[in-house]
Amino acid sequence: MLNENNLHELDEIIKRYPEPRAALLPALWLAQEQEGFISQDMMKHIAHVLHLDYAHVLGVVTFYTMFHDKPKGKYHIEVCTNISCLLRGSKKILDSVEQHCGIKKGEVSKDGKYSIEEVECMGACGGAPMIAIGEEYFENLNPEKTENLLSNLK
Amino acid sequence: MEKFLLPEIPNYNLIDIYESHGGYQALKNAIAKQPADIIEEVKKSNLRGRGGACFYTGLKWTFMPKDDAKPKYFCVNGDESEPGTFKDRYLFEFNPHQVIEGILISCYAMGITTAYIYIRGEYGKWIRMMQKAIDDAYAKNYIGQNILGTNFSTNIFIHKGAGAYICGEESALMNSLEGERGYPRVKPPFPAQNGLWGNPTTINNVETIANVPLIINKGWEWFANYGAQKHPGPILVGISGHVNKPGVYEIATGVKLTDLIYDEKFGSGILGGKKLKAVIPGGSSTMILPADKIENVSMDFDSLKQAGSSIGTAGLIVMNEDTDLIEVITRVTKFYHHESCGQCTPCREGTGWMEKILNRFEKNEARAEDIDLLLDVANNIEGNTICALGDAAAWPVQSMIKRFRGEFEAKIKS
Repeated sequence: MLNENNLHELDEIIKRYPEPRAALLPALWLAQEQEGFISQDMMKHIAHVLHLDYAHVLGVVTFYTMFHDKPKGKYHIEVCTNISCLLRGSKKILDSVEQHCGIKKGEVSKDGKYSIEEVECMGACGGAPMIAIGEEYFENLNPEKTENLLSNLK
Repeated sequence: MEKFLLPEIPNYNLIDIYESHGGYQALKNAIAKQPADIIEEVKKSNLRGRGGACFYTGLKWTFMPKDDAKPKYFCVNGDESEPGTFKDRYLFEFNPHQVIEGILISCYAMGITTAYIYIRGEYGKWIRMMQKAIDDAYAKNYIGQNILGTNFSTNIFIHKGAGAYICGEESALMNSLEGERGYPRVKPPFPAQNGLWGNPTTINNVETIANVPLIINKGWEWFANYGAQKHPGPILVGISGHVNKPGVYEIATGVKLTDLIYDEKFGSGILGGKKLKAVIPGGSSTMILPADKIENVSMDFDSLKQAGSSIGTAGLIVMNEDTDLIEVITRVTKFYHHESCGQCTPCREGTGWMEKILNRFEKNEARAEDIDLLLDVANNIEGNTICALGDAAAWPVQSMIKRFRGEFEAKIKS
């Protein structure tokens, strides 16, 4: 369930659009920020609030790669391996991240601290290779810098 | 050279600093004029869209119905997700008010009272920067009801995407905004007739709109004569890959690609003093150009078209002599396969088939007939899909085979 603050915020967001259906992506963002992921119960709750079919909400959640229907690590690490990052050594960056976290891309560490995702271009090609941890971008990396960065995550 | 999209003024992102350098004066001048006159000025300026298609902005605006009682909408496309493209992010960070001012002038010109800025979900940090600028502009009544004491009212909202390249396609963007999966719509009808919620809608790229205040302030004559004749104006070029100084650079259209790569003002030469092998001039979907084919080619629509590629988003990807082009094309194809929305069979299946064939080349396991098979699949995607993602997936493969066939032949299993 969305908490009271988020339900109130969703009410405000709905007013931006002529139809409440348009508030679905914003609602899913609120849910994910609140819970870290979007559970099936949450999808049903949002479907109810916005008068949508649950199947529609599920379809939207699974279409967009940034919505997660399972919990991610405390630090969700996204490694770009697309063209500009590839040219500047992103394979080694992905190796460093996997090695440090002790998991492979697509996995969540057992203690829940890390999850790794290989992602498409994040729009930081001038600072390639790059990773993102949560919303923060870290650019112009090499394996040493990556290792230092990850070692500082508490 | 003076900069017009990314002026080198400290704290230009702050509304007070923006105002102290003449910011929002274009809005004041615009709302003293007739809306039709603004559209005419933008038309005469020859401003062309900066999102990839290079369509004439003023002409696009004239497609909006004038006497329709239906509500009209404006969408600003900030989904920038084409690999090699990272320019709009700089506008959100360093010049958000020029984007806002451009939106307001556009809305005034087309009689629109609601604008949405669709920004990719990964740009959470930049969404907050843009929201701060919007809030500050509301506080000074540049946005909202009865703007600056006139009858003109407009609201601006940010809509956050959630990681789908396809939502940069304008009709997929509208579906996403309406709370749907990002499926492109069949055109016609075009957005100006049947856009958001079935109403007239215009969609422009962020950078395109940031040019609008310049046209009002400096006049269409200035704009039309700045840079390349048929594709004028300032433009943001993103240079990435094997150059010494990658980054976003503002130029006047028409600068030579070799200058962008080697000049100290721009890329400052190839990393490690290596030789150039090839460039992809306008984001990953544009056709690759071998090093010996870029002499005298410049960053504008006509020159790149003549050279056998296109300007796209002006995301110049530079590759040195050591680059494994098979690895590059495999990764790019994997991207288009991942991002295909799945509506059209040629794109959904074809991008996957191309990726599988390319994986064989990458592992040196390809058969001799795989080159023509790959080309055949690409040719059967191109032109056979609802939107241009299919073409965007086919062009890099077709051009790579045409211009670097030897790289494929070298990977055939002996």
